[in-house]
Amino acid sequence: MCVAVPGKIIEISGDKAKVDIMNNICEVNIKLVTVKIGDYVLIHAGCVIDVLKKDIAEEILLMFNELEEDANDDSWAGKN
Amino acid sequence: MMTLGQVKTELKEYDGEPIKIMEVCGTHTSSIFKNGIRSLISPKIQLISGPGCPVCVTASAYIDKLIDYSLMENHCVLTFGDMMKVKGNKLCLTQASAVGGNVKILYSPLDAVKIALENSQTQYVFAAVGFETTTPIYAVLIEEMKKNKIKNLKLLTSLKTIIPAVSYICENEEKIDAFLAPGHVCVIIGYSDFNELAIKYHKPFVVAGFEGEHILAAIYEIVHQIKNKQSNVKNMYVNAVSEEGNIKALAMMDKYFEKADDYWRGIGIIKNSALRIRPEFAEFDAGSTFEEYKESPPKGCRCRDVILGRINPNECPLFSIKCTPLNAIGPCMVSTEGVCGIWFKNREA
Repeated sequence: MCVAVPGKIIEISGDKAKVDIMNNICEVNIKLVTVKIGDYVLIHAGCVIDVLKKDIAEEILLMFNELEEDANDDSWAGKN
Repeated sequence: MMTLGQVKTELKEYDGEPIKIMEVCGTHTSSIFKNGIRSLISPKIQLISGPGCPVCVTASAYIDKLIDYSLMENHCVLTFGDMMKVKGNKLCLTQASAVGGNVKILYSPLDAVKIALENSQTQYVFAAVGFETTTPIYAVLIEEMKKNKIKNLKLLTSLKTIIPAVSYICENEEKIDAFLAPGHVCVIIGYSDFNELAIKYHKPFVVAGFEGEHILAAIYEIVHQIKNKQSNVKNMYVNAVSEEGNIKALAMMDKYFEKADDYWRGIGIIKNSALRIRPEFAEFDAGSTFEEYKESPPKGCRCRDVILGRINPNECPLFSIKCTPLNAIGPCMVSTEGVCGIWFKNREA
């Protein structure tokens, strides 16, 4: 039930916005966030619940960079 | 930088103490199957599902009340599709429709506003079920109802909060070593509330996204913490989750809802685990307080043990034999986010 999908804000009108979700244009409510045109957002049950901060690729790179730090400062990596 | 290949190798070759990790989000359960995560990690790292589906833990008495409303003259129940096949004490909403009940499926609670305005002679009841991801949207709905002076729409709520449920599991189930914290619930509530649990129960809580890489990285982080006897909260879904959560959404929730004790199907009463409409907004409530919950699980059904992470669904004697999505005996088989339903869909033929 907590499924959310990403989309891009393409038009804003009051509490509502048009979002592009994989080339489908949908109208959503934006009352729970502060957004601007061009923002990537998470949409759940007809409402934007979050503005995404980074590109997903950037996030995954950051995540694996942090794991490298973990591996460097612990005794686990490579020593099972 | 660590590569994905290195992470997979480390996790596959892990040969330390057995580790049991609970995910408390149905979307994580689905993603673990979709990405074949179990095949990529050591059998000594066990992934087990928790109470991650609000539909599955909704009381039978709540379903019965929805059915009663659907059968009343000039009434109509509005609901997400997930709720249609969950059985009450006698029927589910699909069966109620078949005997004349008026039930309509919506994708967004906010669609109810237009429907109520266009059909002023019908009294609508929205089946407001969900965790914190969905509750702010019901707050927006109430705001819209106020703005449009809508009198023919009310909410029957069964809104649950995840922290008390995870606390309950930490308090009562000893064999879970760590948790994958639910990404989309954390979008709303943030991750700071997990700090208290990590300190009190000495377990790692890692907030994870829903891509395969997210989940593998989160498992690696958990194993790293356990190996180093750490119990920290770590946010690994930084793209979407912040420490404080969505402040606007939290304020909207707080404006219209207050905490209450609640019944979880398969578990029982959990203190302060519900969000109910505040008394000053009672005109929008369709009577969401229940005096008594009488539940008797279907014979042989082990949904309780599944929800509490004691067994995997395929260890239940009814799973895929008597209990299937088309003929669900237990609630966890019904919803697309239910643990048994997900295991059934991904079972080996």
